[in-house]
Order: sequence, then C-alpha cells, then structure tokens
Amino acid sequence: MSMLEIKDLHVRVDNNEILKGINLTVNPGEVHSIMGPNGSGKSTLAQVLARRENYEITKGQILFNGKDLAEMKPEEAACEGLFLAFQYPVEIPGISNAYFLRAAVNAVRKYRGEDELDAMDFLPLVKEKMRLLEMDERFLNRPVNEGFSGGEKKRNEIVQMAVLEPKLAVLDETDSGLDIDALKIVSKGVNTMRSPNRAMVLVTHYQRLLNYIVPDYVHVLVNGRIVKSGGPELALELEDKGYAWTESEPVGAGR
Amino acid sequence: MPKSAIVLDPAAQGATLTEEKFPLAYRTEFHDFSQRTSAQASWLIALRREGFTRFQETGFPTTHDEDWRFTNTSPITKTRFHLANADDSSVSAEDLKQEDLKQFGVANFACCLVFVNGRYSPRLSRIPALPKGVKLGGLAAQLAANETYVENHLGKYLNFRRDAFAALNTAFLEDGASLFVPRNTVVEEPIYVLYVSTSGKAALMDHPRNLIVAEAGSQATIVEDYVSLDNLEPAFSNTATELVAADNAVINHVMIVRENRQTNNISTLRIQQERSSNVSSHSILLGGGLVRNNVHPVLGGEGCECLINGLFMGNESQHLDNYMLVEHASPHCSSRQFYNGILAGQSHGVFHGRIIVHKDAQKTDAKQTNRNLLLSDDALIDTKPQLEIYADDVKCTHGATIGKLEAAALFYARSRGLDEASARHLLLLAFANECLERMNEGAVRDHVERLITEWLPNSTETAEKKSARQS
Repeated sequence: MSMLEIKDLHVRVDNNEILKGINLTVNPGEVHSIMGPNGSGKSTLAQVLARRENYEITKGQILFNGKDLAEMKPEEAACEGLFLAFQYPVEIPGISNAYFLRAAVNAVRKYRGEDELDAMDFLPLVKEKMRLLEMDERFLNRPVNEGFSGGEKKRNEIVQMAVLEPKLAVLDETDSGLDIDALKIVSKGVNTMRSPNRAMVLVTHYQRLLNYIVPDYVHVLVNGRIVKSGGPELALELEDKGYAWTESEPVGAGR
Repeated sequence: MPKSAIVLDPAAQGATLTEEKFPLAYRTEFHDFSQRTSAQASWLIALRREGFTRFQETGFPTTHDEDWRFTNTSPITKTRFHLANADDSSVSAEDLKQEDLKQFGVANFACCLVFVNGRYSPRLSRIPALPKGVKLGGLAAQLAANETYVENHLGKYLNFRRDAFAALNTAFLEDGASLFVPRNTVVEEPIYVLYVSTSGKAALMDHPRNLIVAEAGSQATIVEDYVSLDNLEPAFSNTATELVAADNAVINHVMIVRENRQTNNISTLRIQQERSSNVSSHSILLGGGLVRNNVHPVLGGEGCECLINGLFMGNESQHLDNYMLVEHASPHCSSRQFYNGILAGQSHGVFHGRIIVHKDAQKTDAKQTNRNLLLSDDALIDTKPQLEIYADDVKCTHGATIGKLEAAALFYARSRGLDEASARHLLLLAFANECLERMNEGAVRDHVERLITEWLPNSTETAEKKSARQS
C-alpha cells in the first residue's frame, strides 16, 4: 500500500482555487521533492496535508496509509503519523520547548494506546535528538521558538520530527533562510531519519537543499499542477534553466 | 477620648450625599465599632475617626469618577453589610479546624497566619521560630503590645484622604497581618497569610489592615490569600496593606483573590520605597464577584526597583478591575508593570495603568505592558494607560494588546498531536505562565501555579499539572 496517494486534488483557499488537480503517490522509504516558483501552491499542499482549517478540498482525494485524510482533524493526522515541519514555526511564549514536546509525544502515545512518558523517560530521548541537530540543551527550557533565530526555529522543527518519529514527514521550505552550516546540520538530521518505513516530502524553492538530501523523485509544481516529474537530475536542470522552462514543456502527471 | 466626640451628627457632611454614595448604615456600624474600641490608644481612635470623616465626605465612588469609570460599585453600596463578629458566622473561628483549611493548600507553608472574618486566629496559625527581632502576628495584638513600629508607620502611607475604600478600611481598622523585619535580617520562610470569610446568616464585611515594615537591608516574602468557606450571603472584603521598604530592602508581595462569586473584594496595596530598595508585587485574581485591585507604589529614594506583576482570570459575570498608580518620585528608579488578563464568559476586566513621573525623577525607566485574551464574544476588557511625566530625561513605554487565542498557534499545537481542548489549555497555560515566570521559584510560585491550573478549562491532562518548566 502506498503511504500517500493524492488523486486529482483541488483545493480552494478564500475562494481562490490554488491546487488544480494534483496527482502524487509516495511509497514508504521514498523521498520526494516538490519544487516550484512562488505562488505555485507548494505550501498550500503542505498545509492541506497537515489538515489546516479553511483549506477546502473541492475535488479529489488524499489517502494516507489507505485512510481518507480529508476526514481527519490536524491532531488525528499527526497521531496517525503525519508530521509537518512548518515554514514559519509559531512562537509560544510561556511554554518551554520540553513541555510542549512532551505534551505532543504523550498525545501521540495516548492515541496509540501506549503509556505516557514522564520527564525521566522523556529527557534522555529529546537530548539525544538535540545532539543530532547540534542544539544546545538550554533550548529545552526556553519558550517554544521565542527569540530563536530563523535557523534555530528550523532546527527545532527537525528536533520535533526526530522525537515524534512520523511515518510521513512533510518539510515545508525547511531550507529557506538557512546558512550553509545550518543547512548541513538540518540535512544530516533529515538523512538520519530516512528509513524503509518512512517517507518524506520536501517542499522547497531552491535546488541547494537537494545537494544534501538527495531525493528519489523531483516534481515541479506550477500554478497548482505538477507539470514535470523526474529523478534528482531534474532539480539540476531546473537550477540551470529556471522555472519558466517547465511551463513550455508538456504537462506530466505525478508519479 | 470623650464619648461625645464619636457620636456623629446626621446633619454633618455625609448628609448631603445620596444613600447610595453614603449608606447611613455605615454610621451605625461605625458608632458600634467605636464604642467597642473606645478604650484603645488615642492616636488610633483619632486615625479611625479621620478615616470615617473622609469616607463620610467622599462617599463611595461612582462611574462618574474617572478612576472608577469602568467599575460599578453598586453590589457593595446596595447591600447592607454588617461588621463581622462571631455571632453572624455560619462557622465561627472557634469551630474551624485545621482540616477545614487543608483544601486551601496551607500545608505548603511552614509559616502560616490565619484570619477568620478579619480576626487573627492564633489557634489556626503557626509561626515558626523567626530570626531575632522579627515581629509577626495579628495587628490587634501588636497594637495592644504598643509596638512602636506600628504607631510610627500605620496610616502614614495609605491615601485615605482621596480613596473612599481606604478611608473605610482606616475607619474600621482593627486587625490584619503585621510584620516588622529589623535591619539586615533575612526571613527565608515565605510568610503565608490566609484570610477566610465564612459569613452564612448575614451579609458580612471585614476590613483587614496589614502592615509590613522592612528595615534597611532586610528581606522577606509575604503572601496574602483571600478565600471563602461556606458563604451563602454576599460578603465585602475591603483590605489595605501598607508596605514600607527601607534602603536596600528586598520584599516580595503576593496577593491572591479566590473568594466565591458572592464576595466583593476591594484591596489596596500601598508601597513606600526608600533608596535602592527592591519590591515585587504579584497579584493573582481568580475569584470574587466584583474585584478591585489597587497597587500604588511610590519610588521615593534613588535607585529603587519595582516589579508590578499581575494575572487576572475572569469567568461568568466576574468583574476584575486593576488600578495601578506608579509614582516615580526620585531619580534613577525603574518600574515594570506586566498584567495579563484572560477573560471568559461575560466577565469584564479592567486595567488602568497610571504612571506619574515627578519633576525630580530624572532617569526614570518605567515600562508598562497589559496583554489580554478574550475567550468569548461577551467577555470585555477596558485597558487604559495614563502617563504623566513632569521630568525631562526619562524613558517611559506602555503597550496593550487584546486578542483571541491565535489560530496559527492552535494549529501548530494540533499539528503535533494535541486535541483542540488540550491545545487551548496549553496556550492558556502559556499565557498565564508569562506571569508566573516573573515570580521567584519556590513554594509560593508552586502554590500559585496549582491555582491557575485548576482554574483553566479542560485541564484533562492531570499528569501535566506539574510545572511547565519542570518537565
């Protein structure tokens, strides 16, 4: 069974049709990259997958491990194993990273009928993941994302992903705004998480990320449709020729 | 004092005020009270008389008074309140047991003073051995013992000439918590004071008067916690605290209001700060029907620091009014005001933040922030900054925000697996925690945190009731 199966997906936001018939199949173990110019619908796709309210599916279907994703609330999608790394992670002053993350882990565990973790079990786990992302342990006691630099926020998203161990990870422009050192650290974290049971969708504007996280498939999203799909070499071609090039090519269906 | 001096002439000033501004029943109450206390020190009798005279002149404020624009005092003015004495209470101080107080969390404090309907109960209180020279107990007892610090400070700071409730408190001044910390003495143990009101048969009022005198270089933490027990009738709790921090003294003051909805709680904290002293005031308003919280620090010596931190959480038809008056009277002082409000149901919150920088208070650094969350369409907040600056080299900032729970933050939390109720709970806790984090860690903050968590709706995760920062 496919991990994710998107069929003829049409999505409307504030009365504008943003996605106009997306087809995409992602299998366990695969890494797909979705590239495209500004306003093409990349982030909308990511938000719809995470079940953001007011993103109305007007046509088509999304199956996540065979279940209808459109029927799920955001928390249900999360508990079923979907994770979105936000393009703009939200600041929550007044709640520590550690508290937030433990609440998340325990919500997921509860959903799965597992025992909740107490602080003693939880801390070693999260500290290990923080080392992987080269984040200082002091971040644990700082309020969620408050006062973090852009790069720290993105790394924090990957720490959350590493702790929550999703089946399907959607990374929405996690590379944007990162300097090369931070990009390497984030990529290392993501690569560590690649496994035959886990799939990833990397939404990105820049080819640069794909030097560090080599995808199995690259799709080009333009104006709400996937216009081209191929292997990693497609990203390099895009880098050379720019997105305008794809628009003159015949429309290709997603894999 | 000859008795004739305390018999009041109905034709005097008060007679020109309406019954609502000056209910005549207060005259009867004051007459009876004066007779009962007529044998006490003459300076004290004079102070009370002055208080009553001022009250008689000003009467209760109305919404026509600028300082009371958003708060209607009619739940107080239209009810006949009796001065509390043991006969009217459903539970008298003698009947109360330690067991009855357990629910309030008194066990968390080694040093605990208990007042029942405004009267100190030595039997229910426990005061451990304190550093040499520290005086702590009921004000009535300290007055009876002719403690000089009481006579030197009591009534010297509270502005009862302008404020009717402070005047009323002064008129009926009898008991309350009284603390004296001598020079360079540190009281490590937080001093926890529980005020229990137990009226049952009649509508009762009490006027606790607290006095805190901290000599140079001393340090202490005081918690005032106002609670109700088995109240059926309306109650009126009109408290006033005078806090004097001499040079370099460091004082933490916490006030918690969590009485029932029939209780009207008016409180005034008047802080007098001398050179380089450091005072923190934390107000936590969770209960009560009509609540007015006045905090009035005067930074009277160079280099003072004052933190005015507050959290008010309203529900149903509660009315929670915070009136801050911060007076910078000396150079190089800094004050920080942070008040967070969470308002649900049809509750009404008020934040009035007034800062006065006097002419000589150069290099003043004053900051004021009021943030509010409205959880329902019917909840209401009035927030009003007011800066009066008479010096020319100062830094004063103020800001207020009013909003709902942020949709983006809710989605973020839900996308991590928290259901909607838990996500809301988490964000409310986060908002309240901003205030908690400004308190020193320890038993007092843990106590306040428990109360806040109990207040929050949908606190389903009992295991999560522990500190957000402890995890």
